[in-house]
Amino acid sequence: MTATDIALTAEGLSKRYRRTWALRDCTLEVPAGRVIALIGPNGAGKSTLLRLSAGLLAPTAGTVRVLGEDPTANTPQVLARIGFLAQDHPLFKHFTVAELIRFGRSCNRRFDRHLVETRMAELGIPLDRRAGALSGGQQAQVALALALAKHPALLLLDEPMAALDPVARLEFLQVLMGAVAVDGVTVLFSSHAVPELERVCDHLVVLNGSRVALTGDIETLLAEHRLLVGPRVSAEPESSATIVSATHSDRHTTLLVRDGGGPTAPGWQANPVGLEELVLAYLRRTPAPTAEAVAA
Amino acid sequence: MFVFRLDSHSGVPTYLQLVQQVRQAVLLGFLQPGDRLPLIREVVETLAINPNTVAKAYRQMEQEGLAVGRPGQGTFITSTQTAALSPATYSALRRGLEAWLHQAYAAGLDRQAAAALFTTVQQSIDKEAA
Repeated sequence: MTATDIALTAEGLSKRYRRTWALRDCTLEVPAGRVIALIGPNGAGKSTLLRLSAGLLAPTAGTVRVLGEDPTANTPQVLARIGFLAQDHPLFKHFTVAELIRFGRSCNRRFDRHLVETRMAELGIPLDRRAGALSGGQQAQVALALALAKHPALLLLDEPMAALDPVARLEFLQVLMGAVAVDGVTVLFSSHAVPELERVCDHLVVLNGSRVALTGDIETLLAEHRLLVGPRVSAEPESSATIVSATHSDRHTTLLVRDGGGPTAPGWQANPVGLEELVLAYLRRTPAPTAEAVAA
Repeated sequence: MFVFRLDSHSGVPTYLQLVQQVRQAVLLGFLQPGDRLPLIREVVETLAINPNTVAKAYRQMEQEGLAVGRPGQGTFITSTQTAALSPATYSALRRGLEAWLHQAYAAGLDRQAAAALFTTVQQSIDKEAA
């Protein structure tokens, strides 16, 4: 991959708050032009990774490069290309929508005011309404429209839909996916709800216990993993495969393996695995004991 | 304009659902040669799905000769080799297949075994025809 195919690279990226590691030895590569899901339980390091990528935090160790540049340098060039929407989409509650738009214009080198105003009209959000008087779904839409107005190459969203009802979630995703189709913006967003990510994301980063548990193209990952069901065994049947998880009942054993879809051993039945099942299997694996486990 | 829908519990990959809906609509005559399919942006803004998924579905339709992309204009249904079925013929065929499938399940075949049997028979008939 050339530099333009990669939106974000992290190498040994680590962040420590006092004695607790929020993110540890994170190495990953995120392709451009994709919609990437950042999944993990609370405290897994999702927000930390997003804040490091937006240049809002400096790493304790390691490096992160966004669109080939160091975001912590905070140069206008790199900041202009990154959009960041913090958790709970904070807005200045006493500002009207029109004032927020004016504020966005004065703070950004490039700001497509027309795009925001058109979007507000489409969604029926009045420009003279104070942000605090809007519904949660409308606030999320205003925040998203403001973030998209700078036409970022990379959009970082921290749990954008956590507080939204199902209709507002759908509307949020419709606008977001529309921006991906029109602008080709790369989207990296965190969540802990897997099912709703399945329809929008094509790439996956799973964080667990401040480390990367799994990352890759979703289609490829699903093709590489299989559920094998067979007679109960104590020894593993296939030596070439990596066993992700094993569950045993009285008579049979179910194995989730990563084996690239090779031939199945006699007596075993292979089934494809779903995204949710795959993610859960990796989240249930106990991360290697670390300092924060002791601290917690 | 053709409207796609999505069944997130069917287990069928999203892009394949889109291809199947177009294939079926052509078969039933709901879509006719020259009809324009919605733009990728339009599909995405309706279904809230990844644009790459829609692009993949449209590529698949082009490979199958179901549709053709014209740069700057959109994706259009091509003239079909098979004539559109009348709704009566379609439902008769569907009922026949349903009856067969119920029989297969009653005989103890599971989903995969039934699908395997269908594919085997299809292959052997295709081979005879060739």
